[in-house]
This record gives sequence, structure tokens and C-alpha cells, in this order.
Amino acid sequence: MALDREVVQRIAALARLELSQEDEAAFTQQLGHILQYFEKLAELDTQAVEPTAHVVQIAEAYRDDVVTNLPATEELRANAPARDGDFFKVPKIIE
Amino acid sequence: MTDLHSLTLERASALLAKKEISAVELARAALKRIDITNRDIHSFITVTEEAALAQARAADARRARGDTGPLLGLPVAIKDVILTKGIRTTAGSKILADFIAPYDATVTRKLLDAGAVCIGKTNCDEFAMGSSTENSGFMVTRNPWDGERVPGGSSGGSAAAVAAHQCLGALGTDTGGSIRQPAACCGIVGMKPTYGRVSRYGVIAYASSLDQVGPMAQTVADCAHLLAVIAGHDPHDSTSVNRNVPDYRKGLDGTIKGLRVGIPKEYFVEGMQAEVEQAVRAAVQTLETLGALVSEVSLPHTEYAIPTYYLIATAEASSNLARYDGIKYGLRLAERESLLTMYQRTRAGGFGTEVKRRIMLGTYALSAGYYDAYYLKAQKVRTLIRRDFEKVFATQDVIVTPTAPTTAFRIGEKTSDPLQMYLSDIFTISVNLAGLPGLSLPCGFDRSGMPIGLQIVGRPFEEDKVLQAAYAYEQATEWHEKTAKR
Repeated sequence: MALDREVVQRIAALARLELSQEDEAAFTQQLGHILQYFEKLAELDTQAVEPTAHVVQIAEAYRDDVVTNLPATEELRANAPARDGDFFKVPKIIE
Repeated sequence: MTDLHSLTLERASALLAKKEISAVELARAALKRIDITNRDIHSFITVTEEAALAQARAADARRARGDTGPLLGLPVAIKDVILTKGIRTTAGSKILADFIAPYDATVTRKLLDAGAVCIGKTNCDEFAMGSSTENSGFMVTRNPWDGERVPGGSSGGSAAAVAAHQCLGALGTDTGGSIRQPAACCGIVGMKPTYGRVSRYGVIAYASSLDQVGPMAQTVADCAHLLAVIAGHDPHDSTSVNRNVPDYRKGLDGTIKGLRVGIPKEYFVEGMQAEVEQAVRAAVQTLETLGALVSEVSLPHTEYAIPTYYLIATAEASSNLARYDGIKYGLRLAERESLLTMYQRTRAGGFGTEVKRRIMLGTYALSAGYYDAYYLKAQKVRTLIRRDFEKVFATQDVIVTPTAPTTAFRIGEKTSDPLQMYLSDIFTISVNLAGLPGLSLPCGFDRSGMPIGLQIVGRPFEEDKVLQAAYAYEQATEWHEKTAKR
């Protein structure tokens, strides 16, 4: 199916991606092409088929509610793009 | 004696046990080999020379005390989507260019506890999305058999490193063929275990219902040995399954008399390289000579696997990659702009084109109005693909196919057409959709001298049977003895 540029812009906004003009043009064409190929799935009647989300039976993974991970807070904070002491610095969110 | 860097894990392990060589000598040989060859091959993003030598010295000290870890003193490489504490872990992405892993993945921990020496982090397609390693944000890895060709992907760095003897074994990850296809392209052995067999804790997620970690090495026995170390239940990964881990190496004796081998007719398609088909057909005959009972089988939904996979994988990826927002770790751009602009520019600047394309595709497949037609539909077809395998495995022990439709293609050949690139996964992705164990091993060469891969697929948690079939074939042939020119 052909994809129009407005749909690509809307999807990019949902995905929090700023696309360049070139990317936007290329994606409009490429994603349209790929989705057209994916239309193949419509050939199959899946009315009575259950979806598979996961292939293994996941056993119950309950455990006692105690802290088991080490509080490696310094290692975690060390990767922050911006920090102020023990805090992550973020752009202003309230005007 | 052969050069230390080109030993198999098994041989090196035996020499270490006899104290004929030391772990430090082995590590130095690998590091020297990397020093000489990596400027051509570019298989490593990070070489951890100092840490490796320290681990090697510690391994020698452990051995001197009478300790015998299963990988004690053996140099291995780890794909850069797997966390290694205190060491940069990038997932091949600029968005994580400076990310220092705060903890070890369970598989990293298991390798180190077994005594392995980690010599570095290997290149891969960004977030493991690709079939050629050309999508790395840092470098293009070259195939050690021919520098003008790709090593396959996404674990292309690990495959090239093993093939170029820069390490004795490596870990890769496989979401749609990312261990098996590069193993085939580089003439080595690589295995994707059953979904749930190996923990993914500390493995940077791409598509969580498909991702699995596995071994890559020169021989089947070496893969069996590595798998025994990394497999097993992990309380940190609720999808890892609590089942006994056999000693995979011990089970290998080369006898496959009476093994029922199914050959799916849908895996010999028009457009595949003739030499690949010939090599795989010849390999099937070899298995028959060894006593296997070969029959043609059918996996009728094979032609739907690529759209099914690329809808499910991209949908899961779009969700998994939402975490890269420039707040707690990773790149941050446009810091002085609004929060929304910061998110959008950070992700635009940090992700490469293929990752953006897949996030777009996945976001589209999950978005209102399209969910039923794409994502839900794909999950239903996934059920049909899974059932195809169940039916075949009711009468067969393993399935044998080509690993990829062609040998390694040329660098740049498929980068402008994403759909063509996706089609390189045609024989490997169904195995991920069904969660099965699959292995690729060398079964010949094309006229350009590029290696051809044979894929062996088994029932869930029957890695032992897959390895047994692979080992029998390997022992009966000499392909694995040929080495890449670099």
C-alpha cells in the first residue's frame, strides 16, 4: 500500500523522532514498499487462530518481596548526560 | 605446534590443563592477532587489553592453585549488546557511544566465573538490527575471507573475530538469524539456543519475544562447550526456563544412525544461489551415508515468515527503544530546548537510519487503526508457523536447511534496498518465531571461495540432538579445517 507523507509525519511524532526532509521522503517510499509486501499476510484466513505472543510457558516468577539488587546508584548516575549531585538534570517541563 | 591464536577452545583448554601454555600467553597471542588484523577487519568496537591480561593472570593463578573452571584462561569476545561491568557497551549505536555498563549480564558473569578471559566487545548492527553489520554506528566489519564482502549480521563482529582467529570463541545474539547467518558467511559454527534456554538479563533488548544469546566458535564441540557454560535458569530473567542443562560436549560421539532428518521443500527456493543448494543437498547425502533417515517435509507457511517477523520484531523494538530518551543515560541533544524537542533531536541524532526505519515500522504496526491488521495478524500467523514445525517434529528429530540463500554479499550491495536486506533472513527467522534451537556450520564453498552454511534445527530444548547431528557431519567432512586468508 502507498503511504502518504502525513502518515509518516504522524508516526514520527508518536515515535519521538525528528526526521530530516530526506529521511521523511525515503521512509515514505520505503515503508510503503515494505508494507505492500507485508500485505501478503492478508492471504491467510486467521479467523480461528489464536495469536502467539510468546513461545514458552512462563512459569510463575514470584519471589519474596525483599530487595535483592545492590543499590549501585553511583554507577547508574555516572552514565547521566547531565546531573546535579545525586539528581538527574532535565529540561524544564513546566512553564 | 600451530599458532596459539588459531587453536580451538578444546585444544587450548587441553594445553592449558597440561601446563604447556599459560593463559597469559594465550591472551597475548589473541591481542597480538587483533593488533595485526583488526585494522583490516574491524571486528572489535572495544579491545579490553588491560582487563584481559589481568583476567589471564588471575586464571593462571587459579590453575596454579589446582582450580579448573570450564573456560579457565580461554580468550573470548562478547558482542557489544551484552553488558560488561565497567566496560563501554554501545549496542553498535551512537546513542550509547559512551555508555559504561553498570553491571554484568548473566552470560558475561557466567563466562567470567568459568574462568574465561574477555578480550573485547565486538561490532554489530546497531541494536542488532541488520544482516550485514553495515548498520553499526561506528564501523563496517569486513569478511575475513574477502575484505570486499560483509561478514553477515547482526553478530558480524563476533563471527569475523572467530574466523580471523582474534579470539577462540565468542557470544552473539540471534533475533532473526543474527548468530547463524554471520556464522555461515564467515565459515564458523554458531548456535541460537531454544528461547528460554539462556538468560537475557543484561542483554540490550531488540525484540524480546525472539532475542536469544548463543555461542560462536570454530567447531561444534567448542559451541557445545560454551553453551553448557551460558545455559540455564536465571531468576533475573522470567523468560529463562528452569530445566536441567546437560553436558553438551560429553554427549557428542558422532553417531547419528537412525536420526530422522526432515528436509523442508519450501527451503529450496527460486533465486537462491545454485552452489548453496548443491552444497546443502550434498550435505544431506553425507548425513544419509552416516545413517540418518532423510525425508522431505513441508513447512507450508514459510513464505509468510518475513512479514510476520518484521512486524513482530519492529513492534517490540519500537517499544523497547522508547527508553532512549536522553534522561538517565546515553546521548542527549538540544538540551536547552523543550523536553519534546530534546527527545526528538536526541533520538534523531543518536539512532541510525535502519533503527529509525524499524521504529517507524513498529510504531505504525502498533498504532490505532492498524494494530489488528498488522501486529495481531502477525501474531496469528506466528501460531501457524509454530504449528508447521510441531507437525514436522512429530515424525522428525531435526530439520536441515541452508542457513542463508546466498554466501556473503558485497559491502554496499543491499544497503539501498531494505527489503532485499530483509530477505537474507528468509531461512533463519522462522526458527526464532517458533522459539526453536538452530545451528549453522560450514558445508562447502562457492566458486569465489566464500563459505556456505548448513542449518540444523531441533525441537525445543533438544540442543543436544542438533549438536550431535552437526558434530557427526563435521567429523565426516573437512570444511571446518579451512581457514580464512586473514
